[in-house]
Amino acid sequence: MTALNLRPEPVENNMAPEEVKLLGRRVEIEELSAWYGEKLAIEKVTMSVDPNRVTAIIGPSGCGKSTLIRCINRMHEVIPGARARGRILLDGEDILAASVDPVLIRRRIGMVFQKPNPFPTMSIFDNVAAGLKLNGLADRRTLPSIVEKSLKQAALWEEVKDKLGQPGTALSGGQQQRLCIARALAVEPDVLLMDEPASALDPIATLKIEELIQELKQSYTIVIVTHNMQQAARVSDYTAFMLAAEDRVGRLVEYGDTNHIFTNPKDKRTEDYITGRFG
Amino acid sequence: MATNLHLRRKLTNGVMLGLAMLSTLVALGFLFNVLGYVLIQGGSALNPEFFTHLPKPVGETGGGMGNAIVGTLILLGLASAMGVPVGVGAGIYLAEFGSGRLGTAVRFVTDVLTGIPSITIGIFAYTVVVLPMRGFSTLAGAIALAIIMIPTVTRATEEMLKLVPGSLREASLALGIPMWKTVLRVVVPAAMGGIITGVMLAVARAGGETAPLLFTAFGNRFWSFGLDRPIAALPLQVYTYAVSPYDDWRAQAWAGAFVLVAMVLVISLLARLFTRGAPMR
Repeated sequence: MTALNLRPEPVENNMAPEEVKLLGRRVEIEELSAWYGEKLAIEKVTMSVDPNRVTAIIGPSGCGKSTLIRCINRMHEVIPGARARGRILLDGEDILAASVDPVLIRRRIGMVFQKPNPFPTMSIFDNVAAGLKLNGLADRRTLPSIVEKSLKQAALWEEVKDKLGQPGTALSGGQQQRLCIARALAVEPDVLLMDEPASALDPIATLKIEELIQELKQSYTIVIVTHNMQQAARVSDYTAFMLAAEDRVGRLVEYGDTNHIFTNPKDKRTEDYITGRFG
Repeated sequence: MATNLHLRRKLTNGVMLGLAMLSTLVALGFLFNVLGYVLIQGGSALNPEFFTHLPKPVGETGGGMGNAIVGTLILLGLASAMGVPVGVGAGIYLAEFGSGRLGTAVRFVTDVLTGIPSITIGIFAYTVVVLPMRGFSTLAGAIALAIIMIPTVTRATEEMLKLVPGSLREASLALGIPMWKTVLRVVVPAAMGGIITGVMLAVARAGGETAPLLFTAFGNRFWSFGLDRPIAALPLQVYTYAVSPYDDWRAQAWAGAFVLVAMVLVISLLARLFTRGAPMR
């Protein structure tokens, strides 16, 4: 009679799928210039965005920070007459190349906008599922779990789990913005772009978004545009400061570790801006 | 002097308000007069038989306009089936892609088409459908009505789509959803209430048209089911009966007019209902 081994076998790889960390990707911007018709908006911006870090882009209004971030997922060219030159490498692949389909790029690089913009005709569930459903990528069996996971990632699940069928527009502003974040996450992008995501929200909702950004950087590369310097200092690892000179063309002035930018900027203009002398 | 000025302002205000209210009363008065008159004149001929029976030959009393009511519904159904897709499609083009020269041209042509007298459209349908087919037909009438509906539907669709905020299109495009799907699945649903209202109003307008049917659908004293045969329509029947020398025919013409007004009213009310239910923002 052999002794019974009562100890359970060690289970290998017991991580549930949702615990597997997705890794963000590196984004390298090289000599990027962008135009609106004939008008040059940003000129020769070169910067490298680290994976799984939060990179903030700050600067006064009209310095081209939104234009820059919209180039990264090729939303810039949606505006009639707008174009961009230069290179943006996503894991080494130039996404500005003519052969690249912008639609596919936007599935890999998600975006959250300034104003919450949930789809008004869709329920909370359908809003989150929209990216998958409308792209024909939805699997009826896995969809509910993807929606749940995305809402959890966006820290909204507990608040909406009992009313997934209600319209997305019935939520509060802060909740709507987290719904938009969940919607962007559901297609599992590599990079998440946020264009002033908290500027339309009250301080408490803003705090929630900021905490969320800290959570999300474990799985995504995050680029956030903000006009709020305190916010940049709170949430970001790296900060880029942009400024438009007399010619109203935006350029990258300084880029580096957030602590350095805010405590010991190299450029006089950065120092003037962060100390509130203009902008 | 200050009080004088004050008094004058108050007086002007009162007079203007009075004039505006008077205009409103006149406008409403005509509407209720027409409705009331139609009901009084046609009421005697309004009975269940009117809705279900064919017209009786001259000299016999009774009979109804059942065939004309059904005919109008058939004509409107066919016209909508042809005109609404074209109108909505053109409206989508104008709103979403029509910023260039072609868009301006289409918009201009649509506006011109709205202003063309409906009899002209009747002649057009007569020339391109009735003559080649060698006969008046339901199809010709429906085509004429469809042409009348198209510009209204087009402009209504365009206006409604333009009310949909651009941030919605951006949200969809940023998810990697292609433009055509963004338009069909996100933008159009957001404007659906308004588009349906536009369609309803176009249907209501086409339903009351007589001129384009005169030499296309032509009218028919019997039930008619077939695209290639003449068909009765309420406005045509009303026209024929109203100018007849027989008292009971003229009463029936009033009753027909009343049914027509009621149909337009119901369609307009439905249109209102859809607009209210629309989640436009």
